Amino acid sequence: MNEPYAVEMRGIRKQFGSMIANDNVDFAVKAGEVHALLGENGAGKSTLLSMLSGVYRSTGGDILIHGRKVNIRSPKDALALGIGMVFQQFRLVHTLTAAENIVLGEKSSVWRGASWMRRKMEEIGAVADRFGLNIAADRPVWRMSVGEQQRVEIVKVLYRGADIILLDEPTSVLTPGEAGQLFETLRQLRAAGKTIILTTHKLREVMEIADRISVMRKGRMLKTMSRFETSERELAQLMVGKPPAGVMKPEARLPGRPLLEVDGLTVDAGEGRAAVRDLSLAVREGEIVGIAGVAGNGQSELAEALAGLRPWSGGTIRVCGREWKRSSVRMAIESGVSLVPENRMRSGLAGSLDIVDNLLLKTYRRPERSRFGLLRGSRNRAWARSLVERFDVRAAGLDTPVRQLSGGNQQKLLLAREADRDPKLMIAVHPTQGLDIGAAESVHRLLLGLRDAGRGVLLISEDLDEVLQLSDRILVMFGGTIIGEMSRDNADRERIGLYMAGLRDVPGEEAS
Amino acid sequence: MNGKAAAAGMEAEGAGARRRAAMSRLRIEFDPVRDRSPWWAPIAAAAAALAVCALFIAANGMDPLAVYKKMLTGAFGTRFGVTETLVKSIPLLLCGIGVSVAYRISFWNIGAEGQFLAGAMAATAVTIYLPDLPAAAALPLMTLAGIAAGGLWGLMTAVPRAYFQVNELISSLMLNYVALLLLDYFVFGPWRDPGGLNFPGSPMFTAEQSLPAFGRTRLHFGLVFALAAVLLYAFLFRYTRWGYELRLIGSNPEAARNAGINLNRQLLLVMLASGGLAGLAGMAEVSGVAHRLMYGISPGYGYTAIIVAWIARLHPLGLILSAFLFGGLIVGGYSVQTIGLPSATSEMLQGAVLFFVIAGAALGRIRIRRVR
Amino acid sequence: MDLIIQIVAAAMSSGTPLLFAVLGGILIERSGIIQLGAEGIMLMGAVTAALVCVRTGSLAAALLAVLAVSAALGLMHAFMTVSLRANQIVSGLAMTLFGSGLSAFLGRGIAGQPVPGAVPKLDLPFLEAVPVVGDLFAHLDALTWASFALVVGMHLYIYRTSWGLHLRALGDNPPTADVMGIPVTAFRYGCVIAGTMLIGIGGADLLLVFSPAWIEDMTAGRGWIAVALIIFARWNPVRALLVAYFFGALDALGFRIQLIGSDIPSYFLKMIPYAATLLVLMALGWRNRGKPSGSPESLGVPYIREQRL
Repeated sequence: MNEPYAVEMRGIRKQFGSMIANDNVDFAVKAGEVHALLGENGAGKSTLLSMLSGVYRSTGGDILIHGRKVNIRSPKDALALGIGMVFQQFRLVHTLTAAENIVLGEKSSVWRGASWMRRKMEEIGAVADRFGLNIAADRPVWRMSVGEQQRVEIVKVLYRGADIILLDEPTSVLTPGEAGQLFETLRQLRAAGKTIILTTHKLREVMEIADRISVMRKGRMLKTMSRFETSERELAQLMVGKPPAGVMKPEARLPGRPLLEVDGLTVDAGEGRAAVRDLSLAVREGEIVGIAGVAGNGQSELAEALAGLRPWSGGTIRVCGREWKRSSVRMAIESGVSLVPENRMRSGLAGSLDIVDNLLLKTYRRPERSRFGLLRGSRNRAWARSLVERFDVRAAGLDTPVRQLSGGNQQKLLLAREADRDPKLMIAVHPTQGLDIGAAESVHRLLLGLRDAGRGVLLISEDLDEVLQLSDRILVMFGGTIIGEMSRDNADRERIGLYMAGLRDVPGEEAS
Repeated sequence: MNGKAAAAGMEAEGAGARRRAAMSRLRIEFDPVRDRSPWWAPIAAAAAALAVCALFIAANGMDPLAVYKKMLTGAFGTRFGVTETLVKSIPLLLCGIGVSVAYRISFWNIGAEGQFLAGAMAATAVTIYLPDLPAAAALPLMTLAGIAAGGLWGLMTAVPRAYFQVNELISSLMLNYVALLLLDYFVFGPWRDPGGLNFPGSPMFTAEQSLPAFGRTRLHFGLVFALAAVLLYAFLFRYTRWGYELRLIGSNPEAARNAGINLNRQLLLVMLASGGLAGLAGMAEVSGVAHRLMYGISPGYGYTAIIVAWIARLHPLGLILSAFLFGGLIVGGYSVQTIGLPSATSEMLQGAVLFFVIAGAALGRIRIRRVR
Repeated sequence: MDLIIQIVAAAMSSGTPLLFAVLGGILIERSGIIQLGAEGIMLMGAVTAALVCVRTGSLAAALLAVLAVSAALGLMHAFMTVSLRANQIVSGLAMTLFGSGLSAFLGRGIAGQPVPGAVPKLDLPFLEAVPVVGDLFAHLDALTWASFALVVGMHLYIYRTSWGLHLRALGDNPPTADVMGIPVTAFRYGCVIAGTMLIGIGGADLLLVFSPAWIEDMTAGRGWIAVALIIFARWNPVRALLVAYFFGALDALGFRIQLIGSDIPSYFLKMIPYAATLLVLMALGWRNRGKPSGSPESLGVPYIREQRL
């Protein structure tokens, strides 16, 4: 065991169809250290970890554990190698107790009478105590808090003898207090000689707990260094990258009356957590307001609330001066709010229906689309055809089921539908996700067109380039609230990166 | 709705299946979304089923071809046979349409049997408690009663699902039993025909209370109901706003919600319609064929209708053909009794056909790909 | 007192076939597969037992044959639902149809014939000392004792062995079970085949003990009742015993209701379990409406997750 590296991944490549999730990644973790994998969503960190834990198999490259080349084909292989993973969504059977979950899959004995169970509980207790983890082993999982469930997951891998422990975004489901407890646990594990790899997008955490840090972006490994060799600024810079060349520069405009005014909005996520916390923002006629931030900080919930899909528990929403009294989709539609959702196939389009049917989705009740309860067939088709041409949606025919269209065309269709309604406010969430450059550009042009026509656009995106390119004003969202704001003229990429990672004030920095 | 998929779970399951199969050079993948079995698949399934059953028949010392020929001529060969087949098709078609309507929004209406019985009972109630009405009043009233009772029975499956998260398989199954027992109660008890020699059935309906028949056959006006229902069904889903809303729910409930559609309300309306159709079938059966309510009035029409609907894949023309086919199978089953076979032989065939259709549909989802 | 003995005896003889079927169904559904084919499987079990008994006169051969035939049916169902991932509801209905039809076809030659080879009784004279029901239990047939053993065995299996733990995990959360190394496919095949065999035995018991002559469609809906009872017993073997006997008693009570001095027609009494199941589920649903994740009582439908997939 003189190998310095517990885990080495060389030239790892992982492809899902045509999407490259990991592109020639080299990654090495020293034994007995806490190593953080830093990057935004979609950077490829979870995929990398999944290959170590046996959930995925790589399409290329080698993995070495303690210096020995291995082939991890399943979670069992990973376990045999001493690798244990704590997933973001826990793999626990809710109706069983913690102890039952921990011994699940064990091949030991068939019979488990009361004495057997007692023995197991003692063993589990011993493991838990050794690493300072407090769990009630005989309590059913559904009765536990999220923090406790996570501890059960950790005890589970420790019980199986794991000495390389992987954690995927472990603090995403925890309160700040619970996160602190987790870090204490990680320190104890490290003191006991365990190797820990965790993924995160939160800079503060990284600086607090990690010995070494690896930054990934868009499937590539950028740099690995020790905590002392870097600074938050550098990490933020690496995370968000450099601005691309040849950028569309929209002309400056004077914004008009306020279209959307959100004041102190709070939206619950369930289980007592607030997804959106005391959030305030405004969008005016003729401007694009961009919200940057890593996904999972309340963006989806905010968009849903603004579209009438999710009720809010605090604050006010005002559209064109009129306050929304309650959450209603129809009211949102009628107020002139349009939503392009982040997952178009899940909530925006009906995959098995054809183009015409999908275009009708928001407006089928209008008199020009249906009368006396009947759809106006030929009229609708003509209208659909004109929309398809105008927005350059490429498809075999109007009767093609929408799921057969390419991602770009699907998105164009969605935008066509929403834009045609002539909305006052367009909310676009991750609108160019999964699109190629050409399709993305069409989308951008569309949004700019809306803005130039005096409408308001709220752009929520993880793609910082996109936000910087299009927005007149840039807000950064973290932890459910707006953590920073700047206009396009004094936009500072680095500062945005810091905001995105949760740092409002950086020591040794002056406010700009 | 039924359509919500545990996406994460499905991915892991899929990943598991893919992983294991990937040990060979060929990778067998399941496409959970596309169910593109070719149109000739049910026919191939029927052929395969006939072949397998032929083996059973032959192994038991009978000539399969003779048996099949008997069934065929019995069901379609004579004029009587054809009309009988049509008579049997009527309840299958009506219930089948009802089941299809529900299935359009991914809702399993296993309760068609109970809804059928409810309609039959309601129509009979009219004859018992308002016995002296003229045909012009009795028949429309019976029809309305049948539809209303069936619709109500259908609602009793929808409401628990919409507001109490009770799975519809369970609730419809339970209600089927309740309806059956209710029927037994009535025909063995208060509604039993006093002059009927203890036969568990209501008094015979008068001419005023019976649906008119065509000519001297047993084919009755219920056929008109059934065909009208098919046309309405086809029209509804293709041309109307409500049909569009339902298609949307069936395709993507999330998207439907985004369009401002109230899913619960739609569920209730759909089950009202679905149950109403089955109830209408019940009314037509007691009023047009049996001319009374009796024990065993339904040989499982509601359950067979599920199969009819499933094979037809929601297609109106498919429903007609499928109902006709199964009606023929039932009649064919009766006719093989003359050569010593139990009528349940046709059930064996129905089951076999269904198995092969299911297997065929499932196989249609397999994609075989080469791994690098 | 005599009445009570009569009722208990009737409950047991009528309820035992149900019990076998329900236990088999519990095994199948706990692994995550819906079982709607019980009626057809029971009929096949009955006709197989009848045919083999008539041909060979050997009880042992009959039971073996029943097990073999049921296993074959189970294999078929498992293949369709687990490997081909076919629609489980329709598959179950197909099984019912096919089983009903095939059994009627196969049994036409021996319809109505009394079947030789009764199930031996287990004489346990020491039980006669037990008050009231002692005489009854002292001379019960072997299959009924087998059903008792099965209840105990299954209870221990599900709640006290690691296999049972795996089963519970599998039914509740297949992806997690998979990740924990539990062989989902093999387990399901095993459960479906074993469960189907039990259901077949239920059919055989109906023929051998309850009414020893093959009649077409002799289960008269008992298979469907078993399907409902699985839910009513909430997938628990001990509760299955209680529920099956309760039904058996209702069945036997039938027209003897006047003896208890009750006016309520038997039909309404028989409705109680079904209506009660529905109402109980609604009450549970109402209680859990605030919890998005669902409390374990929602385990009441372990197979649904699989079905949705």
